[in-house]
Amino acid sequence: MTKPWETTSEHLLRELAPQVLGAVARRFRDFSTAEDAVQEAMIAAFIQWPKEGIPDNPRGWLIQVASRRMTDQVRSEIARRERETAVAAETESLTSVPEIEADMDPDDTLILLFMCCHPALSPSSAIALTLRAAGGLTTAEIANAFLVPEATMAQRISRAKQTIKTSGTPFRLPSPHERAERLPAVLHVLYLIFSEGYASSIGSHLQRFDLAREAIRLTRNTKALLPDNAEVAGLLALMLLTDARRAARTGPDEELIPLDEQDRSLWDRLEISEGIELLTVALSRGSIGLYQLQAAIAAVHDEAGRAEDTDWPQILALYELLKRVSPGPMVTLNHAIAAAMVHGSAQGLQLLRALDSDPRLASHYRLDAVRAHLLENAGDYEAAIKHYRVAAARTTSIPERNYLMTQAARLAGE
Amino acid sequence: MKYILMMNTMRAGHGVPEWPQKDLRAHIAFMMTLNKELRESGELVSAEGLSFPEQARLVRAGKNGTPVTDGVFPESKEFLAGYWIVDVDSAERAYAIAAKVSAAPGPGGAPLNMPIEVRPIMSGPPPEML
Repeated sequence: MTKPWETTSEHLLRELAPQVLGAVARRFRDFSTAEDAVQEAMIAAFIQWPKEGIPDNPRGWLIQVASRRMTDQVRSEIARRERETAVAAETESLTSVPEIEADMDPDDTLILLFMCCHPALSPSSAIALTLRAAGGLTTAEIANAFLVPEATMAQRISRAKQTIKTSGTPFRLPSPHERAERLPAVLHVLYLIFSEGYASSIGSHLQRFDLAREAIRLTRNTKALLPDNAEVAGLLALMLLTDARRAARTGPDEELIPLDEQDRSLWDRLEISEGIELLTVALSRGSIGLYQLQAAIAAVHDEAGRAEDTDWPQILALYELLKRVSPGPMVTLNHAIAAAMVHGSAQGLQLLRALDSDPRLASHYRLDAVRAHLLENAGDYEAAIKHYRVAAARTTSIPERNYLMTQAARLAGE
Repeated sequence: MKYILMMNTMRAGHGVPEWPQKDLRAHIAFMMTLNKELRESGELVSAEGLSFPEQARLVRAGKNGTPVTDGVFPESKEFLAGYWIVDVDSAERAYAIAAKVSAAPGPGGAPLNMPIEVRPIMSGPPPEML
C-alpha cells in the first residue's frame, strides 16, 4: 500500500468497478446482491484509499471486500433458512480472490450494460443503474447529478434491480441476435445520459456532476468492447462533436448562445478531429444509422470556420437521409430549418405546417421557437415576436426561456 | 432554520413579460447573481423557477381515482413563479433575502417590490424527543 491517492485514482476506481461487479456477479450468480456488495466496496475504497494509499492489487482488493460482503449475505441467508453446515462450509471457498480474478471475462462489462439497459426498465431507472453499475458512481453522486435526494435515488436503483431480478435475466452475454436487438436501447441510454449532462451544464445547475463526460467515458468503453460496430462509433463521434462546442454555448451570465453566434475559436479542436476520424471510419463500414447521421450533421457544423461558411446543402441532404432512417417530428423540424437555409424561409415555414397537426409536437416550444426564427428571417417581425413569446411560455428550461424572451424583446425594440 | 421564500407574482392569462431587452437582461442577471451569492454563502438549499401559468393544471381524482384536470383559471388567480429554500441563522436573515428578491429590477430598472411570502419550513422532532 504505497501509491498516493490522486484524482486519477478515482478514475481507476471507476474503471475497475464494472470489472469487479462483472466478476462477482458471475461468481455468485446474483446481479442484484453483487451490485450492492460492489457499491459498498467502492465506498470503502473511497474512504480508505486516500488515507492508506492504493493497494498493490486494487482490483483484487475490491473483489475481496465485495465477495466478503456477498459471503456474509449468503451466510445470513443460510442461517435464516437453517441450512446444513456443509453448505455453509462451501461458501468459505467463495472468497478466494485469485479464483474470481482468473474467472474474469472482458465481456462482463458488456453484460452489465445490457443488464442495466434492460427493456423492462424505464429510461430514468436504466440511466441511474447504468451510472452506478457500469459507471462506478456512488448513489450520492448520481443523486447530486439529478438534483434529487439520495434516498430517492437509492430507491430508484433498488427498484430497477428488483425489476431485473423479476425478469429472470441470467448473467450472460445476450446471443448475437438478442444483442443486435437490444443494442439500440443501450445506445439510447448512453445518449440520454449525455444529453442530460449537456442540457444541464448551463443555467442554475452549473454545479452538477459532469454527466456529459461520464457518458463519453462509458461510450468509449462500449466502443472498446464492440470495436466494429459503426453505430457505437457514430454515437461516440456525435458526443465528441457536440461536446466540442461546450465552452462557446454560454455567455458570461450563463445565457444561451445559439450556434450561429458562437465564438468558434472556443470550440475544442481535439474533440472535433477525434470525432471526425471516428465518423470517417464508421461511415466507410456500409450500414448507416441514426447516430452516424447525426454525427455527420454535427461534423458539417464543426467544420465551418464561420457560421456563414456552413455547408447547408449537405446538412439538408443528411436530414433527408435521417428522415428515411429515423423519421420523427424532431427530425422534420430540423429538416425544415435546413431547408429554410438552402431554399429560403418560405419553404421552411411550409414544411413546419405539416407539424401543426402532430400531437407530439403541436404544443411543443421547439416548434414555436423555430417558427419564430424563420418568421424573423422572412421579415415578419410581429408574428415572430408572438411565437418567440409562446415558445418562452412553453419551454421548461430557464436558460432557454430567458433566451426566447430576450429574442422577442430584441425584435419588439427594433 | 429553513425558510421558503415564495414569489407569487404570476397571473393567469398573462404571458411572458414584454419588457425592453435591456431591462429583461438586467432582471435575469440580478436573479443569477442572487442565486450565486446564496450558494456561495452556503445558505441556498434549493431554488426553482416554475413554468408560466399556461402549463398549470388543477388535478382532482375522478371516478376510480383517475385524474381529472382543469386548466382554465380566472385572470385574478396568482401563481407561484418560483421559490427559494434557504437555511439561515435567523428569521431576520430570511426577511433580508426576501427583501432583496423583492427589489429585483423591472422595466426601466426600477425595483419591482414584489410581495415575497416567507414561511418557516417544519422540521423533524427536536433531538431529545427522538
